[in-house]
Amino acid sequence: MNNITLIEAVNQALAYEMQHDQDVVLLGEDIGINGGVFRATVDLQQQFGDQRVIDTPLAETLIAGMAIGMATQGLKPIAEFQFMGFIYSALDNILNHASRLRNRTRGRLTCPMVIRAPYGGGIRAPEHHSESTEALFAHIPGIRVVIPSSPSRAYGLLLAAIRDPDPVLFLEPKRIYRLQKEDVENNGQALPLDVCYLLREGNDITLVSWGAMLYETLQAAEQLAEQGIYAEVIDLATIKPIDMSTILSSVEKTGRCVIIHEAARTGGVGAEIAAQLAETGLTYLLAPVQRVTGYDTVMPLFRLENHYIPDVSRIINAARTALEYA
Amino acid sequence: MSESITYYQILNHQSRIIDESDDYQVDNQTLLDFYQQMLLTRSFDQKAISLQRTGRLGTYASSLGQEAIGTALGNAMQGQDVLIPTYREYGAQLARGVKMNSLLLYWGGDERGMAFEGGAVECMQDMPICVPIGTQTCHAVGIAYAMKLRQEKRVAVCVLGDGATSKGDFYEAVNAAGVWQLPIVFVIANNQWAISLPRDMQSSAPSLAQKAWAGGIPGEQVDGNDVLACYERFHKAIQQARDRQGPRVIEALTFRLSDHTTADDASRYREDSLVEKQWQYDPIKRLKNYLLTEQVISVQQLEVLQSQCNDEVNHAVNEYLSTPAMAATSMFDHLYAELPTTMQIQRDEIERRINAKPGGSR
Repeated sequence: MNNITLIEAVNQALAYEMQHDQDVVLLGEDIGINGGVFRATVDLQQQFGDQRVIDTPLAETLIAGMAIGMATQGLKPIAEFQFMGFIYSALDNILNHASRLRNRTRGRLTCPMVIRAPYGGGIRAPEHHSESTEALFAHIPGIRVVIPSSPSRAYGLLLAAIRDPDPVLFLEPKRIYRLQKEDVENNGQALPLDVCYLLREGNDITLVSWGAMLYETLQAAEQLAEQGIYAEVIDLATIKPIDMSTILSSVEKTGRCVIIHEAARTGGVGAEIAAQLAETGLTYLLAPVQRVTGYDTVMPLFRLENHYIPDVSRIINAARTALEYA
Repeated sequence: MSESITYYQILNHQSRIIDESDDYQVDNQTLLDFYQQMLLTRSFDQKAISLQRTGRLGTYASSLGQEAIGTALGNAMQGQDVLIPTYREYGAQLARGVKMNSLLLYWGGDERGMAFEGGAVECMQDMPICVPIGTQTCHAVGIAYAMKLRQEKRVAVCVLGDGATSKGDFYEAVNAAGVWQLPIVFVIANNQWAISLPRDMQSSAPSLAQKAWAGGIPGEQVDGNDVLACYERFHKAIQQARDRQGPRVIEALTFRLSDHTTADDASRYREDSLVEKQWQYDPIKRLKNYLLTEQVISVQQLEVLQSQCNDEVNHAVNEYLSTPAMAATSMFDHLYAELPTTMQIQRDEIERRINAKPGGSR
């Protein structure tokens, strides 16, 4: 059992799968000798060689396109984008090719690839290094979008993403890369995709979140509990496709729901969850669904980022608003 | 690195062999095969356009005038190689065993076209037609990387147009191919037109082949209407790549005799006289005149060949026209390896709608 951080869990999962599956290759910028700017791939090139842990030229379109080509040949490429802010030149390949290759060849060719990218704010990073744009990708048919929120889920979900026969965008909340440690057994055990994870049980209100925001969400749940309000906390984990049945069961029990995400509000993944609650769970609801999110502004540079990223008090206020309805 | 780009030609447009170098030998049967395959491509092309004009095919991109490139490529490649095409390489696809019916299905709005159903085993790893310009170049790098990693004697053959050379994708691909010395050949089918944009407005580079130099790999030009030169240069480059002698860019100079697609009207941006003048370089006529002059074939035999091509095309058209559309629910069938349970609701929705309608999905 290793007591490790989220970023170490990513490294552990990558190493495990490279050890056990010769088809797994890593590619990206500075991932080899440098071990990645966040050290996600540290020591892997030494262990598995520069043919399988590939330092690419500085070319994001190439990285995405190449991974697609590799996948069609039966490799399982894992491409690292250094920051989510630099993934957009790969969007053409993700949307036009990776996501639809299986469909447009009726399964003749497939695309078992993973794209990893650190995302989100809170580490006082430069411009373009702090955005949360998971909703852009959640809109794309044919891919999965997965976000871990703890070391053990990072390990289990990344293994699942690598083994999945379809393309997976694996977004890593870099604010919590080293925030907490957890015991993670390096046993190669994957966790299921396409399902939510129940992190805390409660009967009074449902809090749905993902990624780094679960850190504040769990704190909010703790403070609410001190006030005698018992919140159920759900980690969405797979952003696309969304496991609504877990959320609906919880809301059926609590009647109230707050969705917390760092990304901008309009068209965010929270909007989709709220819409589906309205479509199929309206009769369960005792109060309007509340959203605690980033604003529909450009993500500010780091002096103001803590005003943008939802904090514990905003979550508690939203929960209190939902609880005011009789 | 060479300071100039070499231009290769074997059969000039007066149908005379101008290259008699020792290593150049093509037997009569090969010449006839090339001729027949180019003719087949053109017969297919003409039929596809007439199907579109009569409402039985969707928008179609013609390969008129570019038949030599496709035919030469299809013959220069080996079965285990992988073709990464754009959307005018029917000659190469047919030579590699893709059925005409598949190509018709694709342009006829049916995803099964790129499944290559019933096609030869050789084409099964080939990439599907690529519509977003130049994106296939980076896929080709990944394919070639996989081949090299596994130490296979295979080559990735990537085709792109003149317009695609203006895109970053192409530069990123050429650059990476050079860094890793991958078994890859890029063939630029330079037909002088990217829809309405002529070659001289695409780039001020004297040749597109020299863009290879920026990636540290060799580039050359070949007469793209000369099937013999195309075959020889493609074959040589592919063999060199197979023998681990590195990647290469070949710019094949041709001319788009058709509109960009059936949805385009080229008379809006280029003079008909310009196109008419280009017919003198027609690759099929060029080889035909040579075959007749050298008495490899008679006029009567040529007519037989043409009628064989027509029969083959008509057979494919019948097959295509008698293929019923897929069930509406099929749009869910290959979205993922297994449809996520959360999406089953949407599939059920379409199924319910079909069942509620008399006559079902069509």
